[in-house]
Amino acid sequence: MHIPDGYLSPQTYVPLYVAFGGFIAAALRKVRQTVSTKNIPYLGMAAAFSFLIMMFNVPIPGGTTGHAVGASIVAIVLGPWVAMVAISVALIIQAFLFGDGGITAIGANCFNMAVVMPFVSIIVFKLVRGKASGGWRVYLAAFLSGYIGLAIAALVTAVEFGIQPLIASADGKPLYAPYGLEVAVPAMAIEHLILFSIVEGLITMLVLAFFLKGDPDNIYAMKEVGK
Amino acid sequence: MTSFQKKILVALVVLAIVSPIGIYLPAKFKAEDAWGEWSTETIEKLVGFVPAKMKEAADLWKAPIPDYNLGDDKSPFTTQALSYILSGAIGIVLCILILFGISKLLVKKSE
Repeated sequence: MHIPDGYLSPQTYVPLYVAFGGFIAAALRKVRQTVSTKNIPYLGMAAAFSFLIMMFNVPIPGGTTGHAVGASIVAIVLGPWVAMVAISVALIIQAFLFGDGGITAIGANCFNMAVVMPFVSIIVFKLVRGKASGGWRVYLAAFLSGYIGLAIAALVTAVEFGIQPLIASADGKPLYAPYGLEVAVPAMAIEHLILFSIVEGLITMLVLAFFLKGDPDNIYAMKEVGK
Repeated sequence: MTSFQKKILVALVVLAIVSPIGIYLPAKFKAEDAWGEWSTETIEKLVGFVPAKMKEAADLWKAPIPDYNLGDDKSPFTTQALSYILSGAIGIVLCILILFGISKLLVKKSE
């Protein structure tokens, strides 16, 4: 899901840089207002966790590979604004040092995985959890948060790929990403729905269980639990 | 740092050490690139040509450790696996340092 250089036209990546810039400015303001000193160590760990999780490529036998992002669990535990900052840092390091994701596409990749995904994830988690403080409902909420969060991020990415032939072609030939929406959207939706999003959902559940045991008072999306 | 936070740190180091699973499994199951992350050579095979602007932009940036690999995709698995672990370790250190720096700048000392 790391869009490389050359796949998006400037008409796409420039607005996404601008959108990401706006979100990250708001997120940094939120971090200043809400993060307490005792939680500072969690921020770097969250970024590192996401960085590492994205290295675990999951194969579809004979097909493509994909990976979880870890953004859903970070949004649940630390809140979507902190998640935005942490995941963005991981993605920017990946782009500059490891060539994973393009430099021109940093705005797009951060928008998809560090903005859209944490927000969708936290909304899904809150909706499904309701007022449950433990048990199957909380775990179902965590799973769906990861599952739907990654699937929507993939869908947004697929749309960014898929509109390229429409906005940038010459003599009927695409200048950037060559596949239209009718190819990009089903391809990315299916691989995520059948595999990668399940992995994200399971990771979200597992890490939430770990936090419910280790530091239950400190889970952003379940603040009232343990008080 | 609390003992729980130390536990997480240990878990992150373990994740980095086992990270080569992330290159072993795709090779084992003959899975190719992620969708939409093809090299220009692969694009040429897939659609018969390399889109003009894509060709120009593809090598815009020379990453110091491309694909988390100090060798290349023909290097022995050990080289690739060790590069991968090293990349994971670099990732952990940089993530923690950068977010510590950001927090230092932003978060006010309280209670």
